[in-house]
Amino acid sequence: MSTLVSSGSPRSRATLIGVAVLIAAILAGLLIGPVRIGAANVFRWLVSFGGTPAGMSEQEASILAELRLPRVIVAGLVGASLAASGAAYQAVFRNPLADPYLLGAAAGAGLGATIAVGYGPAGAIDVTVPIAAFVGALVGVGLAYGLGRSSLGGRAGTSLVLAGVAVASFLTAVQTFLQQQRSETLRQVYTWILGRLGTTGWDDVWLALPSVALAVTTLWIVRRLLDVIEVGDVEAQSLGLNVTRLRLVVVLAASLATAAAVAVAGLIGFVGIIVPHTVRLLVGGSYRSVLPLSVLFGASFLIIVDVLARTVVAPAEIPIGVITALVGAPFFLVVLRRNRRAT
Amino acid sequence: MPHRPLAALLAVLLAVALAACGGGDDAATPATSSAAVETTEASAFPVTVEADNGSLTLEEQPDAIISLSPTATESLFAIGAGEQVIAVDDQSNFPPEAPMTELSGFEPNAEAIAGYEPDLVVFATEPGDLGSALETLGVTALQLDAAPALEVAYEQIEQLGLATGHQAEAETLVDGMRSQVDELVAGADPSAGLSFYYELDDTFYSVTSKTFIGQLFELLGLENIADAAGGGSGGYPQLSAEYIIESDPDLIFLADTKCCGQSRETVSGRPGWDQIAAVSDGGVVSLDDDVASRWGPRVVDLLLEIATAAGAVEAEAA
Repeated sequence: MSTLVSSGSPRSRATLIGVAVLIAAILAGLLIGPVRIGAANVFRWLVSFGGTPAGMSEQEASILAELRLPRVIVAGLVGASLAASGAAYQAVFRNPLADPYLLGAAAGAGLGATIAVGYGPAGAIDVTVPIAAFVGALVGVGLAYGLGRSSLGGRAGTSLVLAGVAVASFLTAVQTFLQQQRSETLRQVYTWILGRLGTTGWDDVWLALPSVALAVTTLWIVRRLLDVIEVGDVEAQSLGLNVTRLRLVVVLAASLATAAAVAVAGLIGFVGIIVPHTVRLLVGGSYRSVLPLSVLFGASFLIIVDVLARTVVAPAEIPIGVITALVGAPFFLVVLRRNRRAT
Repeated sequence: MPHRPLAALLAVLLAVALAACGGGDDAATPATSSAAVETTEASAFPVTVEADNGSLTLEEQPDAIISLSPTATESLFAIGAGEQVIAVDDQSNFPPEAPMTELSGFEPNAEAIAGYEPDLVVFATEPGDLGSALETLGVTALQLDAAPALEVAYEQIEQLGLATGHQAEAETLVDGMRSQVDELVAGADPSAGLSFYYELDDTFYSVTSKTFIGQLFELLGLENIADAAGGGSGGYPQLSAEYIIESDPDLIFLADTKCCGQSRETVSGRPGWDQIAAVSDGGVVSLDDDVASRWGPRVVDLLLEIATAAGAVEAEAA
């Protein structure tokens, strides 16, 4: 399937480009914002490791240290999580349209957030909403996996997806009902769903980092097996792969990453589908390349999109979930067309 | 959501039925309206009222009013029409004696409303077509949308006075509001050049001077940091945290104390916000979300609260 990619050198070149793009994105994220901070100052601040170098106001240092840097890190973590989870789901479910929210993670998180906003203590929403969303996402996927696992025998992937669709519809219906009961919370839940990197701080970094690190590392380790399972359950089994166990590991890791992403950033569509497919079009289909590059480009993509979110209508913001599709869709179509012409 | 198709269906069925019966008697009245408006007698029914859903004629004084708008509820009680109110919606929490029910102003159910047998329903903007649904059920429905300006808010109180037979009280109330507003505006010192950030929720949605609430601040000569972000946001932009910090407002008004549990403490705990003058110098003001989101009689209280806070910060600086 990918003799060209497995030869080694083009793959490492692609990884090198991915790392370069990520560094560029991080720098852009630190340099660009509604408040003008000179590039020289930003670099001096970086070199001073977060101190306040001479010639720079305390306000500028504080904006960089407490707003821009955590925001760039969270955007990177969320982008990497969604892209890696999406890529892994597309392999284990052999479905090009699979995204990280496939198994009810989004619906569960939405329900959790709604319960926290509508019924939780009003003063502690900053704390309760992310945790409720995190737990909700895991509960959603847990239900879908528990209900979908046993049925249909050989077509376990399909049965999981169907269970996910059913669980998602059910949880969304419960969420809508609860919102009707507490109509004054509609706006808040809606704002949360559209994504909320605008209020990101270091709290969010610490909340997301452990889950994302664990999950992305796990997916990275099993990336070679994803090539095998993508061929088919029966074929993979005949090659000695425990398909059920691999699928469980992938679902667990991807859900953990997605739950963490949803908890700190709300629902951000599109990244999980578009980034892995773009990577596939650029470097071929092997997950040995697709997974690492999805992590790198997913992080870069979301950091760049967040820069747009806070600069296009500055000093106002655009919800990040709106821009991912607005920017991502045309970009993906360009890649798709160019790729078709090349082959 | 599930109620609206039902209401729409009822509206269509009844409209068809009425048309078939050769109705259309409602078209004859506007000619008599100007005479009715000028009457100051409380008992001068029929009256014609100008609302956001057109001119409506009330044949006699209503004594079974339902208010689905918290603002209208406050106004009705303030002009002495409270006794005529039989039910208010689930958000009408002021005054406390208002007969709150499960009725929703967000998702109004025409059938549930009609079940109270009202002779007048007052409502604010809603997504469906409640007005015509109620009209076809034979209930007079008065739509009073969110006021875009103080003058419109006064006008709405006067129209409610007319509709309920409390025109004199309504005029007294409005005159009182006008003179209080004038007094506060005269007492304000625009030359102090104080700037402010008005917070609608904890994701930094704010208001520009084009909005009703923004105009109150403008009256007092306060400078709105959200105005720089006004373009294309419909008056309610979501601001960047770093922009708020850079703008360094002298005052922060929190209209999200109830919805989102925000307070001086939560604001000073936000990353980087300790750099803001309002936070370090005690310029963070907690408002009542309800008062701050309505355009009824208590708008004067809100203006007083804003003016007092501005005065305190000015005195501090002087």
